[in-house]
Amino acid sequence: MALRCSGLRRSFGALAAVDGVDLEVAPGARHALIGPNGAGKSTLFKLVTGTMRADAGTVELAGRDVTGQSEVARCRLGMSQTMQHASLFASMTATETVALAVQRHDGGRIVPWPRRRPAVRERAEELLAGVGLAGRGSTPVPALSHGERKQLEVAVALACRPSLLLLDEPAAGMSAAERARLVEVLAELPADITLLIVEHDLDLVFSVADAVTVLHLGEVLLSGTPDEVRASEDVREAYLGAKRREELFLG
Amino acid sequence: MTAVETRTPAPDAPAEPSGLRRGLPRIIAVVVLVVLAAAPLFLAPFATTTLTRIVVFALFAVSLDLLVGVTGLPSLGHAAYFGAGAYAAGWVSINVTAEAPVPLLVGAATGAVAAALTGWITVRTGGVFFLMLTLAIGETVQQLANTWEDATGGANGLTGVPSVRIGGEPLVNAGLLYWYVLAVGVLGFVLVWLVARSPWGAALRGIRDNEPRMRAVGYPTAVYKYAVFVLAGSVAGVAGSLLAAQQRLVTPADLSFLTSSFALLAVVIGGAGSLWGACLGAAVVVLVRETLGASLDGHGPLVLGLVFVLVVYLLPRGAAGLRRPRREPGRSP
Repeated sequence: MALRCSGLRRSFGALAAVDGVDLEVAPGARHALIGPNGAGKSTLFKLVTGTMRADAGTVELAGRDVTGQSEVARCRLGMSQTMQHASLFASMTATETVALAVQRHDGGRIVPWPRRRPAVRERAEELLAGVGLAGRGSTPVPALSHGERKQLEVAVALACRPSLLLLDEPAAGMSAAERARLVEVLAELPADITLLIVEHDLDLVFSVADAVTVLHLGEVLLSGTPDEVRASEDVREAYLGAKRREELFLG
Repeated sequence: MTAVETRTPAPDAPAEPSGLRRGLPRIIAVVVLVVLAAAPLFLAPFATTTLTRIVVFALFAVSLDLLVGVTGLPSLGHAAYFGAGAYAAGWVSINVTAEAPVPLLVGAATGAVAAALTGWITVRTGGVFFLMLTLAIGETVQQLANTWEDATGGANGLTGVPSVRIGGEPLVNAGLLYWYVLAVGVLGFVLVWLVARSPWGAALRGIRDNEPRMRAVGYPTAVYKYAVFVLAGSVAGVAGSLLAAQQRLVTPADLSFLTSSFALLAVVIGGAGSLWGACLGAAVVVLVRETLGASLDGHGPLVLGLVFVLVVYLLPRGAAGLRRPRREPGRSP
């Protein structure tokens, strides 16, 4: 398994935000994590990336237990993430932003004296082109549109040479056109990179994912193929918050 | 002041700047450097001494700018390392030797050790907590200087610091002392400037802009912050050794909160992060303090307060902000 979570638990006071979650993501999968608001998606995401410590349970990355490892160590072991709020580095251009991630992961030393490394810049521009930002490299990050910044997030995450890429609501706040573009970018990612996508937008999930896990009230409601999830009564109930959906929903 | 190369690491500079845009800052830097080097030849000794004080304070402000402007760590206690370097350099000059590189190296080492001892706590915090912790450390170190009379001379300060010697010759002449201070100041500036322009410096700016993102990209940010804190302390220690050489006296006021805040003021006036701006700011601060301070019944700090308000109001990015056009705001939040 590219990622295996067992019995993950995290509480905030009396609220168990993530309550014993088991999750398996197969190598090369496009795995989506969905659920209504408050399902615990964001908390689970943070437990997986290491931003937040779990109260109980383990996280395994490609068979290796990384539960006690920091975010930084997990990144070095091949886990990379995009963030929900694409704030990035406000004083830098798009190329500089990606180059910062590239220089950390291309094996070169980060020296405290000026050194030109054309390879770093080239790789950064290559990654920008890969996410559809060719020609936008010299634009300062604050001047990029929201959608472009989300694309930039993906380029930065890919610069870490991940085997597992975690995307936290990549389509949040995007226009329909930007979403379509994002789907294209995701579809073009190398097949050997495993994706775990936390997303609200179900259309996007069903057009990208080949496996879906539904989270509800901190627990896994269902794990299966997109078709299974689409057909599930339980999932509809969780999303609609009502037992008798026929009264809420015609057809 | 000590700018050798005034081109800031402007991230929005076009990839291929025009010849003029590229060349002009270098020409300005060379002219400034030549004028600075020649200053004692046409300035009165008193003015030369003021210029010496400006260079000392500029190097201190540059070391603080490395923390505040480049890395985004606003320290209110940076004078602790400046003062520690000054006391150590002064003590060694009195008790061991005043021969040139020795007080400098002792100042640098003391600043670095003091920063290393205190930095491991401070760099774990950020924002207001960092501000408060550095303030507390600064106050503690000042108390130490006040009470440890055997080493520091207590409230009277460390008096009788001999002139710095080069090859056995004491630098008694104000002009010679100035050249010594200028040479060390320029070297210190170049060192900090090179670090800020390096791949490592780019990582520091990344930490300033967005530390959680830097961690997610795989940078152990605490290690970077600790290293830059120690480096800034060391450069402040060098500036402190220059202070001891120039004043021939070190007092607890030199590591006080007021000294820290004057340095912070210099950084803000100059525009945080540009380094050369901090030198300009230091010149403004020292000039206002020394020229107006005496003529306004000792209300010099009042004028500085006014300058500060005006700068924040009129030049939110300091003097360095005048160099480049304001960036267009983001099209969406």
